[in-house]
Amino acid sequence: MSLYQDLILDHYRNPRNQGVLKNATHYAEVSNLSCGDKLCIDIIVKNDIIEDVKFSGSGCAISQASASLLTEHIKNQSVEKALMLEPKDILELLGVTLSPNRLKCGLLSLETVKKALTQSK
Amino acid sequence: MFSPQTIKKDFPIFTYHPARNATHSVAGGPDLVYLDSAATTLKPRVVIEAEKEYLEHYSANIARGLYPLAEKATEKFEMVREKVSTFIGAESAKEIIFTSGTTDSLNLAARLLASRLEAGDTIITTAMEHHSNFLPWKELAKKNGLHFRVIPLTEKGTIDIEILKNTIDERTKIVAFSAVSNVLGTINPVKEITTLIKNINPSTIVVIDAAQAVSHMPIDVSEWNADFVAFSGHKMFGPTGVGILYGKSSLLNTLSPVTFGGGMVIDACADETVYKEAPYRFEAGTPNIGGIIALGTAIDYMKSIGMENIQKYEHTLTVYALNRLRETFGENIHIIGPTYPEKQSGIIAFTLSTIHPHDIAATLGEHDICVRAGEHCASPLHKSLGLHATTRISFSIYNSKKDIDKCIAILEEIQTMFSK
Repeated sequence: MSLYQDLILDHYRNPRNQGVLKNATHYAEVSNLSCGDKLCIDIIVKNDIIEDVKFSGSGCAISQASASLLTEHIKNQSVEKALMLEPKDILELLGVTLSPNRLKCGLLSLETVKKALTQSK
Repeated sequence: MFSPQTIKKDFPIFTYHPARNATHSVAGGPDLVYLDSAATTLKPRVVIEAEKEYLEHYSANIARGLYPLAEKATEKFEMVREKVSTFIGAESAKEIIFTSGTTDSLNLAARLLASRLEAGDTIITTAMEHHSNFLPWKELAKKNGLHFRVIPLTEKGTIDIEILKNTIDERTKIVAFSAVSNVLGTINPVKEITTLIKNINPSTIVVIDAAQAVSHMPIDVSEWNADFVAFSGHKMFGPTGVGILYGKSSLLNTLSPVTFGGGMVIDACADETVYKEAPYRFEAGTPNIGGIIALGTAIDYMKSIGMENIQKYEHTLTVYALNRLRETFGENIHIIGPTYPEKQSGIIAFTLSTIHPHDIAATLGEHDICVRAGEHCASPLHKSLGLHATTRISFSIYNSKKDIDKCIAILEEIQTMFSK
Protein backbone atom coordinates (compact mmCIF):
# COMPACT_ATOMS: atom_id res chain seq x y z
CA MET A 1 0.00 0.00 0.00
CA SER A 2 1.34 3.41 -0.88
CA LEU A 3 2.01 5.83 1.92
CA TYR A 4 0.41 8.57 -0.15
CA GLN A 5 -3.27 7.66 0.09
CA ASP A 6 -5.96 10.00 -1.29
CA LEU A 7 -6.75 11.34 2.18
CA ILE A 8 -3.14 12.37 2.79
CA LEU A 9 -2.73 13.88 -0.67
CA ASP A 10 -6.03 15.75 -0.29
CA HIS A 11 -4.97 17.31 3.01
CA TYR A 12 -1.52 18.08 1.56
CA ARG A 13 -2.95 19.80 -1.54
CA ASN A 14 -5.83 21.51 0.28
CA PRO A 15 -4.69 21.99 3.84
CA ARG A 16 -7.41 22.82 6.38
CA ASN A 17 -6.71 25.43 9.04
CA GLN A 18 -3.62 26.79 7.37
CA GLY A 19 -2.64 30.28 8.46
CA VAL A 20 -2.04 32.31 11.61
CA LEU A 21 -4.30 33.60 14.38
CA LYS A 22 -3.65 37.15 15.49
CA ASN A 23 -5.50 36.70 18.77
CA ALA A 24 -3.94 33.36 19.65
CA THR A 25 -3.76 32.56 23.33
CA HIS A 26 -1.32 29.72 22.75
CA TYR A 27 1.54 29.35 20.29
CA ALA A 28 4.42 26.96 19.63
CA GLU A 29 6.97 26.31 16.94
CA VAL A 30 8.86 23.05 16.46
CA SER A 31 11.52 22.25 13.87
CA ASN A 32 12.60 18.87 12.68
CA LEU A 33 16.24 19.67 11.95
CA SER A 34 17.01 16.47 10.08
CA CYS A 35 14.31 17.15 7.44
CA GLY A 36 14.24 20.92 7.62
CA ASP A 37 10.52 20.78 8.48
CA LYS A 38 9.09 23.59 10.58
CA LEU A 39 5.65 23.80 12.07
CA CYS A 40 3.99 26.72 13.89
CA ILE A 41 0.66 26.35 15.70
CA ASP A 42 -1.64 29.17 16.83
CA ILE A 43 -4.51 28.30 19.17
CA ILE A 44 -7.34 30.29 20.73
CA VAL A 45 -8.54 28.68 23.97
CA LYS A 46 -11.72 29.88 25.67
CA ASN A 47 -13.15 28.18 28.77
CA ASP A 48 -10.79 25.26 28.26
CA ILE A 49 -12.14 24.67 24.76
CA ILE A 50 -10.00 24.97 21.59
CA GLU A 51 -12.09 27.56 19.81
CA ASP A 52 -9.76 27.96 16.84
CA VAL A 53 -6.47 26.56 15.65
CA LYS A 54 -4.24 27.28 12.65
CA PHE A 55 -0.91 25.97 11.44
CA SER A 56 1.85 27.39 9.26
CA GLY A 57 5.34 26.36 8.22
CA SER A 58 6.71 23.96 5.67
CA GLY A 59 7.48 20.30 5.38
CA CYS A 60 6.83 17.05 3.58
CA ALA A 61 3.37 15.82 2.61
CA ILE A 62 3.16 13.65 5.69
CA SER A 63 3.89 16.44 8.18
CA GLN A 64 1.59 18.88 6.36
CA ALA A 65 -1.30 16.43 6.05
CA SER A 66 -0.90 15.41 9.66
CA ALA A 67 -1.08 19.08 10.77
CA SER A 68 -4.19 19.60 8.66
CA LEU A 69 -5.92 16.48 9.99
CA LEU A 70 -4.96 17.10 13.61
CA THR A 71 -6.08 20.73 13.67
CA GLU A 72 -9.39 19.65 12.17
CA HIS A 73 -9.69 16.98 14.86
CA ILE A 74 -8.97 19.16 17.89
CA LYS A 75 -11.07 22.16 16.90
CA ASN A 76 -13.91 22.59 19.42
CA GLN A 77 -12.37 19.90 21.60
CA SER A 78 -11.38 20.43 25.23
CA VAL A 79 -7.76 21.17 26.03
CA GLU A 80 -7.71 18.22 28.37
CA LYS A 81 -8.82 15.83 25.62
CA ALA A 82 -6.32 17.24 23.13
CA LEU A 83 -3.49 16.78 25.63
CA MET A 84 -4.44 13.14 25.98
CA LEU A 85 -3.89 12.39 22.27
CA GLU A 86 -1.27 9.76 21.58
CA PRO A 87 0.87 8.90 18.53
CA LYS A 88 -1.48 6.04 17.66
CA ASP A 89 -4.35 8.53 17.36
CA ILE A 90 -2.39 10.50 14.75
CA LEU A 91 -1.65 7.35 12.78
CA GLU A 92 -5.37 6.58 12.92
CA LEU A 93 -6.16 10.04 11.54
CA LEU A 94 -3.59 9.55 8.76
CA GLY A 95 -4.85 6.03 8.03
CA VAL A 96 -1.39 4.59 7.28
CA THR A 97 1.48 2.98 9.12
CA LEU A 98 4.69 4.99 9.14
CA SER A 99 8.24 3.64 9.05
CA PRO A 100 10.46 4.79 11.95
CA ASN A 101 12.04 7.34 9.60
CA ARG A 102 8.73 8.99 8.73
CA LEU A 103 7.22 8.78 12.22
CA LYS A 104 8.92 12.06 13.14
CA CYS A 105 7.18 13.76 10.18
CA GLY A 106 3.79 12.36 11.14
CA LEU A 107 4.09 13.27 14.82
CA LEU A 108 5.51 16.78 14.40
CA SER A 109 2.00 18.26 14.53
CA LEU A 110 1.11 16.49 17.78
CA GLU A 111 4.34 17.58 19.41
CA THR A 112 3.73 21.18 18.37
CA VAL A 113 0.08 21.22 19.49
CA LYS A 114 0.97 19.79 22.91
CA LYS A 115 3.81 22.26 23.31
CA ALA A 116 1.47 25.14 22.43
CA LEU A 117 -1.23 24.02 24.85
CA THR A 118 1.20 23.74 27.74
CA GLN A 119 2.56 27.25 27.29
CA SER A 120 0.58 30.48 27.10
CA LYS A 121 1.47 33.04 24.48
CA MET B 1 32.55 -1.08 -23.64
CA PHE B 2 30.82 -3.42 -21.23
CA SER B 3 27.11 -3.92 -20.87
CA PRO B 4 25.27 -3.16 -17.62
CA GLN B 5 23.10 -6.23 -18.21
CA THR B 6 26.19 -8.46 -17.99
CA ILE B 7 27.49 -6.53 -14.97
CA LYS B 8 24.13 -6.88 -13.19
CA LYS B 9 24.60 -10.65 -13.24
CA ASP B 10 27.66 -10.19 -11.01
CA PHE B 11 25.48 -8.70 -8.24
CA PRO B 12 23.29 -11.21 -6.38
CA ILE B 13 20.90 -8.50 -5.16
CA PHE B 14 19.38 -8.33 -8.65
CA THR B 15 18.31 -11.97 -8.43
CA TYR B 16 16.92 -11.80 -4.92
CA HIS B 17 13.14 -12.16 -4.51
CA PRO B 18 11.86 -11.68 -1.00
CA ALA B 19 8.12 -12.11 -0.38
CA ARG B 20 6.12 -8.99 -1.01
CA ASN B 21 3.75 -7.89 1.71
CA ALA B 22 1.05 -5.29 1.84
CA THR B 23 3.02 -2.40 3.29
CA HIS B 24 6.54 -2.90 2.05
CA SER B 25 7.75 -3.15 -1.50
CA VAL B 26 10.29 -5.60 -2.80
CA ALA B 27 13.87 -4.99 -1.62
CA GLY B 28 15.91 -6.39 -4.47
CA GLY B 29 15.21 -8.47 -7.54
CA PRO B 30 15.52 -7.83 -11.26
CA ASP B 31 13.37 -4.69 -11.20
CA LEU B 32 15.46 -2.99 -8.54
CA VAL B 33 16.72 0.40 -9.71
CA TYR B 34 19.56 1.28 -7.40
CA LEU B 35 20.57 4.92 -7.78
CA ASP B 36 22.26 5.40 -4.41
CA SER B 37 25.82 4.24 -5.02
CA ALA B 38 27.22 7.43 -3.49
CA ALA B 39 25.84 6.13 -0.17
CA THR B 40 27.18 2.64 -0.72
CA THR B 41 27.79 0.48 -3.76
CA LEU B 42 26.17 -2.92 -4.13
CA LYS B 43 28.40 -5.94 -3.60
CA PRO B 44 29.41 -8.32 -6.38
CA ARG B 45 29.26 -12.07 -5.77
CA VAL B 46 33.06 -12.45 -5.86
CA VAL B 47 33.43 -10.02 -2.95
CA ILE B 48 30.80 -11.81 -0.87
CA GLU B 49 32.46 -15.15 -1.65
CA ALA B 50 35.90 -13.87 -0.64
CA GLU B 51 34.70 -12.77 2.77
CA LYS B 52 32.76 -16.00 3.20
CA GLU B 53 35.81 -18.02 2.20
CA TYR B 54 37.91 -16.35 4.89
CA LEU B 55 35.23 -16.95 7.52
CA GLU B 56 34.68 -20.56 6.51
CA HIS B 57 38.15 -21.76 5.56
CA TYR B 58 40.90 -19.82 7.34
CA SER B 59 39.43 -17.43 9.89
CA ALA B 60 42.60 -17.20 11.98
CA ASN B 61 44.04 -13.99 13.36
CA ILE B 62 46.86 -12.33 11.46
CA ALA B 63 50.48 -11.49 12.22
CA ARG B 64 50.81 -13.67 15.32
CA GLY B 65 50.06 -17.34 14.61
CA LEU B 66 52.76 -19.72 13.42
CA TYR B 67 50.42 -22.33 12.02
CA PRO B 68 49.43 -22.59 8.33
CA LEU B 69 45.94 -21.11 8.72
CA ALA B 70 47.26 -17.98 10.42
CA GLU B 71 50.04 -17.73 7.85
CA LYS B 72 47.50 -17.92 5.03
CA ALA B 73 45.31 -15.24 6.63
CA THR B 74 48.32 -12.97 7.14
CA GLU B 75 49.53 -13.46 3.60
CA LYS B 76 46.10 -12.76 2.06
CA PHE B 77 45.67 -9.74 4.33
CA GLU B 78 49.05 -8.19 3.51
CA MET B 79 48.50 -8.82 -0.20
CA VAL B 80 45.58 -6.39 -0.03
CA ARG B 81 47.94 -3.69 1.24
CA GLU B 82 49.97 -4.23 -1.93
CA LYS B 83 46.84 -4.22 -4.10
CA VAL B 84 45.53 -0.97 -2.61
CA SER B 85 48.94 0.61 -2.95
CA THR B 86 49.19 -0.22 -6.68
CA PHE B 87 45.54 0.65 -7.28
CA ILE B 88 45.89 4.24 -6.03
CA GLY B 89 49.46 4.85 -7.21
CA ALA B 90 51.15 4.91 -3.80
CA GLU B 91 54.92 4.49 -3.75
CA SER B 92 54.86 1.64 -1.27
CA ALA B 93 52.43 -0.65 0.57
CA LYS B 94 53.82 0.87 3.79
CA GLU B 95 51.83 4.00 2.96
CA ILE B 96 48.54 2.12 3.39
CA ILE B 97 46.85 2.16 6.83
CA PHE B 98 43.75 0.01 7.28
CA THR B 99 40.86 1.69 9.11
CA SER B 100 37.13 1.12 9.48
CA GLY B 101 36.10 3.65 6.82
CA THR B 102 36.61 7.18 5.48
CA THR B 103 35.28 8.74 8.69
CA ASP B 104 37.72 6.71 10.77
CA SER B 105 40.55 7.54 8.34
CA LEU B 106 39.95 11.28 8.53
CA ASN B 107 39.60 11.23 12.33
CA LEU B 108 42.85 9.27 12.51
CA ALA B 109 44.58 11.82 10.27
CA ALA B 110 43.35 14.61 12.52
CA ARG B 111 44.57 12.85 15.67
CA LEU B 112 47.94 12.01 14.10
CA LEU B 113 48.49 15.64 13.16
CA ALA B 114 47.31 17.13 16.46
CA SER B 115 50.75 17.17 18.09
CA ARG B 116 52.18 19.24 15.22
CA LEU B 117 49.76 22.11 15.75
CA GLU B 118 50.09 25.22 17.87
CA ALA B 119 47.53 27.79 18.95
CA GLY B 120 47.10 30.36 16.21
CA ASP B 121 47.69 27.91 13.35
CA THR B 122 45.05 27.55 10.65
CA ILE B 123 43.12 24.58 9.29
CA ILE B 124 41.26 25.08 6.02
CA THR B 125 38.41 23.06 4.59
CA THR B 126 35.67 23.84 2.04
CA ALA B 127 31.91 24.35 1.98
CA MET B 128 31.39 21.21 -0.11
CA GLU B 129 32.74 18.76 2.44
CA HIS B 130 30.93 15.77 3.89
CA HIS B 131 30.63 16.08 7.68
CA SER B 132 33.42 13.50 8.00
CA ASN B 133 35.90 15.88 6.35
CA PHE B 134 34.55 18.87 8.26
CA LEU B 135 33.85 17.96 11.88
CA PRO B 136 37.20 16.28 12.73
CA TRP B 137 38.99 19.48 11.61
CA LYS B 138 36.51 21.79 13.32
CA GLU B 139 36.93 19.86 16.58
CA LEU B 140 40.72 19.74 16.23
CA ALA B 141 40.77 23.50 15.73
CA LYS B 142 38.50 24.10 18.72
CA LYS B 143 40.58 21.92 21.05
CA ASN B 144 43.91 23.44 20.04
CA GLY B 145 42.93 27.09 19.68
CA LEU B 146 43.38 27.09 15.91
CA HIS B 147 41.65 29.13 13.23
CA PHE B 148 39.15 27.11 11.21
CA ARG B 149 38.42 28.50 7.75
CA VAL B 150 35.79 27.22 5.33
CA ILE B 151 36.40 28.14 1.69
CA PRO B 152 33.12 29.02 -0.08
CA LEU B 153 32.09 27.69 -3.46
CA THR B 154 31.65 29.50 -6.75
CA GLU B 155 28.23 29.71 -8.41
CA LYS B 156 29.22 26.69 -10.46
CA GLY B 157 29.66 24.54 -7.38
CA THR B 158 33.45 24.48 -7.48
CA ILE B 159 35.92 25.48 -4.75
CA ASP B 160 36.62 29.22 -4.99
CA ILE B 161 40.32 29.00 -5.85
CA GLU B 162 40.93 32.75 -5.54
CA ILE B 163 39.65 32.80 -1.97
CA LEU B 164 41.62 29.65 -1.17
CA LYS B 165 44.78 31.29 -2.55
CA ASN B 166 44.27 34.37 -0.40
CA THR B 167 43.52 32.36 2.74
CA ILE B 168 46.68 30.22 2.78
CA ASP B 169 49.61 31.71 4.66
CA GLU B 170 52.62 30.60 6.72
CA ARG B 171 50.34 29.53 9.61
CA THR B 172 48.25 27.22 7.39
CA LYS B 173 49.04 23.73 8.65
CA ILE B 174 46.30 21.63 7.04
CA VAL B 175 44.06 21.95 3.99
CA ALA B 176 41.39 19.24 3.68
CA PHE B 177 39.12 18.90 0.63
CA SER B 178 37.30 16.22 -1.32
CA ALA B 179 38.29 14.79 -4.70
CA VAL B 180 34.61 14.55 -5.65
CA SER B 181 31.70 16.22 -3.84
CA ASN B 182 29.18 13.73 -2.46
CA VAL B 183 26.28 16.08 -3.28
CA LEU B 184 27.26 18.18 -6.28
CA GLY B 185 29.34 15.51 -7.99
CA THR B 186 31.94 18.20 -8.67
CA ILE B 187 35.28 16.68 -9.70
CA ASN B 188 37.94 18.85 -8.11
CA PRO B 189 41.27 19.27 -9.91
CA VAL B 190 43.15 17.73 -6.96
CA LYS B 191 46.65 17.92 -8.44
CA GLU B 192 46.26 21.60 -9.42
CA ILE B 193 44.83 22.57 -6.03
CA THR B 194 47.54 20.67 -4.14
CA THR B 195 50.24 22.31 -6.27
CA LEU B 196 48.76 25.73 -5.62
CA ILE B 197 48.65 25.11 -1.86
CA LYS B 198 52.23 23.81 -1.71
CA ASN B 199 53.52 26.67 -3.86
CA ILE B 200 52.28 29.12 -1.27
CA ASN B 201 53.23 27.06 1.78
CA PRO B 202 55.26 23.88 1.12
CA SER B 203 54.83 22.62 4.69
CA THR B 204 51.01 22.58 4.54
CA ILE B 205 49.60 19.06 4.91
CA VAL B 206 47.04 18.33 2.20
CA VAL B 207 44.31 15.83 3.11
CA ILE B 208 42.03 14.42 0.41
CA ASP B 209 38.65 12.79 0.99
CA ALA B 210 38.55 10.43 -1.98
CA ALA B 211 35.48 8.42 -0.89
CA GLN B 212 33.46 9.46 -3.95
CA ALA B 213 36.35 9.08 -6.40
CA VAL B 214 38.05 5.70 -5.95
CA SER B 215 35.43 3.49 -7.58
CA HIS B 216 34.58 5.92 -10.36
CA MET B 217 37.85 7.04 -11.96
CA PRO B 218 41.54 6.16 -12.01
CA ILE B 219 43.36 7.93 -9.20
CA ASP B 220 47.04 8.47 -8.57
CA VAL B 221 47.89 9.75 -5.10
CA SER B 222 51.56 10.27 -5.98
CA GLU B 223 50.60 12.49 -8.90
CA TRP B 224 48.15 14.33 -6.62
CA ASN B 225 51.07 14.92 -4.24
CA ALA B 226 48.62 14.68 -1.33
CA ASP B 227 49.88 13.88 2.16
CA PHE B 228 46.83 11.95 3.32
CA VAL B 229 44.09 10.34 1.22
CA ALA B 230 41.04 8.70 2.83
CA PHE B 231 38.42 6.38 1.37
CA SER B 232 35.99 3.57 2.26
CA GLY B 233 35.78 -0.03 1.11
CA HIS B 234 31.99 -0.07 0.95
CA LYS B 235 31.82 2.66 -1.69
CA MET B 236 34.09 0.59 -3.95
CA PHE B 237 32.17 -2.70 -4.02
CA GLY B 238 33.76 -3.93 -0.80
CA PRO B 239 32.21 -4.61 2.61
CA THR B 240 31.33 -1.98 5.21
CA GLY B 241 33.67 -1.52 8.17
CA VAL B 242 36.79 -1.27 6.04
CA GLY B 243 38.63 1.86 4.99
CA ILE B 244 42.00 3.18 3.97
CA LEU B 245 44.15 6.06 5.08
CA TYR B 246 47.00 6.59 2.65
CA GLY B 247 49.84 8.62 4.13
CA LYS B 248 53.03 9.71 2.40
CA SER B 249 55.93 7.65 3.83
CA SER B 250 58.02 10.72 4.62
CA LEU B 251 55.15 12.03 6.75
CA LEU B 252 54.02 8.74 8.36
CA ASN B 253 57.58 8.05 9.53
CA THR B 254 57.53 11.24 11.61
CA LEU B 255 54.18 10.56 13.31
CA SER B 256 53.56 8.81 16.63
CA PRO B 257 50.71 6.37 17.20
CA VAL B 258 47.49 7.59 18.80
CA THR B 259 45.80 4.23 19.46
CA PHE B 260 47.60 1.68 21.58
CA GLY B 261 47.35 -2.06 22.08
CA GLY B 262 48.12 -5.34 20.37
CA GLY B 263 49.96 -5.72 17.10
CA MET B 264 51.64 -2.31 16.99
CA VAL B 265 54.49 -2.62 19.47
CA ILE B 266 58.00 -4.15 19.52
CA ASP B 267 58.96 -3.61 23.17
CA ALA B 268 56.13 -2.79 25.52
CA CYS B 269 58.20 -3.24 28.69
CA ALA B 270 60.98 -0.75 28.00
CA ASP B 271 60.76 2.64 29.75
CA GLU B 272 60.49 4.17 26.31
CA THR B 273 58.01 1.88 24.53
CA VAL B 274 59.30 0.81 21.13
CA TYR B 275 56.65 0.81 18.44
CA LYS B 276 56.62 -0.92 15.07
CA GLU B 277 57.33 1.01 11.88
CA ALA B 278 54.57 2.70 9.87
CA PRO B 279 51.90 1.70 8.95
CA TYR B 280 51.72 -1.11 11.56
CA ARG B 281 52.14 1.19 14.54
CA PHE B 282 48.90 2.92 13.52
CA GLU B 283 46.88 -0.32 13.46
CA ALA B 284 46.37 -1.41 17.07
CA GLY B 285 44.03 -4.34 17.62
CA THR B 286 42.63 -7.01 15.32
CA PRO B 287 41.35 -5.45 12.10
CA ASN B 288 38.36 -6.52 9.97
CA ILE B 289 40.41 -9.28 8.33
CA GLY B 290 37.67 -10.85 6.21
CA GLY B 291 36.46 -7.43 5.11
CA ILE B 292 39.92 -6.33 4.06
CA ILE B 293 40.54 -9.55 2.13
CA ALA B 294 37.19 -8.99 0.37
CA LEU B 295 38.25 -5.40 -0.41
CA GLY B 296 41.21 -6.88 -2.25
CA THR B 297 38.77 -8.89 -4.34
CA ALA B 298 36.73 -5.74 -5.00
CA ILE B 299 39.86 -4.08 -6.37
CA ASP B 300 40.52 -7.09 -8.63
CA TYR B 301 36.92 -6.84 -9.80
CA MET B 302 37.21 -3.14 -10.69
CA LYS B 303 40.53 -3.75 -12.43
CA SER B 304 39.00 -6.53 -14.51
CA ILE B 305 36.48 -3.99 -15.84
CA GLY B 306 39.02 -1.19 -16.06
CA MET B 307 38.81 2.17 -14.28
CA GLU B 308 38.88 4.10 -17.58
CA ASN B 309 35.96 2.02 -18.84
CA ILE B 310 34.04 2.65 -15.62
CA GLN B 311 34.70 6.39 -15.84
CA LYS B 312 33.63 6.57 -19.50
CA TYR B 313 30.50 4.54 -18.92
CA GLU B 314 29.36 6.52 -15.88
CA HIS B 315 30.06 9.71 -17.82
CA THR B 316 27.63 8.66 -20.57
CA LEU B 317 25.00 7.95 -17.90
CA THR B 318 25.57 11.36 -16.29
CA VAL B 319 25.27 13.22 -19.62
CA TYR B 320 22.13 11.25 -20.46
CA ALA B 321 20.53 11.86 -17.06
CA LEU B 322 21.32 15.59 -17.00
CA ASN B 323 19.86 16.05 -20.49
CA ARG B 324 16.75 13.98 -19.84
CA LEU B 325 16.05 15.67 -16.50
CA ARG B 326 16.31 19.11 -18.10
CA GLU B 327 14.22 18.13 -21.15
CA THR B 328 11.51 16.56 -19.03
CA PHE B 329 11.16 19.05 -16.21
CA GLY B 330 12.50 22.31 -17.68
CA GLU B 331 12.23 25.14 -15.21
CA ASN B 332 10.63 22.95 -12.55
CA ILE B 333 13.89 21.18 -11.82
CA HIS B 334 16.79 22.86 -10.11
CA ILE B 335 19.94 20.79 -10.56
CA ILE B 336 22.58 21.71 -8.01
CA GLY B 337 26.21 21.49 -9.02
CA PRO B 338 28.45 22.06 -12.02
CA THR B 339 25.79 20.68 -14.46
CA TYR B 340 28.37 20.55 -17.21
CA PRO B 341 29.24 16.89 -17.18
CA GLU B 342 32.96 17.10 -17.93
CA LYS B 343 33.42 18.34 -14.36
CA GLN B 344 30.70 16.20 -12.81
CA SER B 345 30.91 12.60 -11.72
CA GLY B 346 27.85 10.35 -11.56
CA ILE B 347 26.16 12.26 -8.75
CA ILE B 348 23.20 14.55 -9.45
CA ALA B 349 21.36 16.43 -6.68
CA PHE B 350 18.21 18.38 -7.44
CA THR B 351 14.97 19.88 -6.20
CA LEU B 352 11.73 19.41 -8.14
CA SER B 353 9.07 22.15 -7.97
CA THR B 354 8.33 22.63 -4.26
CA ILE B 355 7.99 18.91 -3.57
CA HIS B 356 9.76 17.86 -0.40
CA PRO B 357 12.71 15.54 -1.25
CA HIS B 358 11.50 13.05 1.37
CA ASP B 359 8.21 12.68 -0.51
CA ILE B 360 10.13 12.19 -3.77
CA ALA B 361 12.46 9.54 -2.32
CA ALA B 362 9.65 7.73 -0.49
CA THR B 363 7.46 7.57 -3.60
CA LEU B 364 10.37 6.41 -5.79
CA GLY B 365 11.07 3.82 -3.10
CA GLU B 366 7.53 2.49 -3.46
CA HIS B 367 8.49 1.75 -7.07
CA ASP B 368 11.73 -0.06 -6.13
CA ILE B 369 13.82 2.95 -7.12
CA CYS B 370 16.44 3.77 -4.48
CA VAL B 371 17.60 7.37 -4.20
CA ARG B 372 18.72 9.51 -1.28
CA ALA B 373 16.95 12.57 0.14
CA GLY B 374 18.11 15.02 2.77
CA GLU B 375 21.31 16.89 3.43
CA HIS B 376 23.56 13.94 2.54
CA CYS B 377 25.78 14.64 5.57
CA ALA B 378 26.69 17.99 4.03
CA SER B 379 24.76 20.58 6.02
CA PRO B 380 27.34 23.39 5.47
CA LEU B 381 26.79 22.97 1.72
CA HIS B 382 23.00 22.97 1.96
CA LYS B 383 23.10 25.96 4.26
CA SER B 384 25.27 27.87 1.78
CA LEU B 385 22.77 27.04 -0.99
CA GLY B 386 19.82 28.05 1.22
CA LEU B 387 18.29 24.58 0.93
CA HIS B 388 17.01 22.22 3.60
CA ALA B 389 17.23 19.10 1.52
CA THR B 390 17.80 17.79 -1.99
CA THR B 391 17.12 14.54 -3.80
CA ARG B 392 20.26 12.79 -5.01
CA ILE B 393 20.71 10.13 -7.64
CA SER B 394 24.09 8.51 -8.11
CA PHE B 395 25.37 5.95 -10.56
CA SER B 396 27.61 2.94 -10.73
CA ILE B 397 28.48 0.29 -13.28
CA TYR B 398 25.28 -1.73 -12.82
CA ASN B 399 23.04 1.18 -13.84
CA SER B 400 21.65 1.62 -17.33
CA LYS B 401 19.87 4.33 -19.29
CA LYS B 402 16.73 2.28 -18.67
CA ASP B 403 17.15 2.89 -14.92
CA ILE B 404 17.27 6.63 -15.57
CA ASP B 405 14.17 6.42 -17.81
CA LYS B 406 12.25 4.51 -15.12
CA CYS B 407 13.26 7.04 -12.48
CA ILE B 408 12.21 9.97 -14.67
CA ALA B 409 8.87 8.34 -15.53
CA ILE B 410 8.03 8.02 -11.83
CA LEU B 411 9.32 11.55 -11.16
CA GLU B 412 6.75 12.75 -13.74
CA GLU B 413 4.01 10.93 -11.81
CA ILE B 414 5.30 12.47 -8.58
CA GLN B 415 5.12 15.92 -10.11
CA THR B 416 1.43 15.41 -10.90
CA MET B 417 0.67 13.68 -7.62
CA PHE B 418 2.11 16.43 -5.43
CA SER B 419 1.14 19.45 -7.51
CA LYS B 420 -1.00 21.88 -5.56
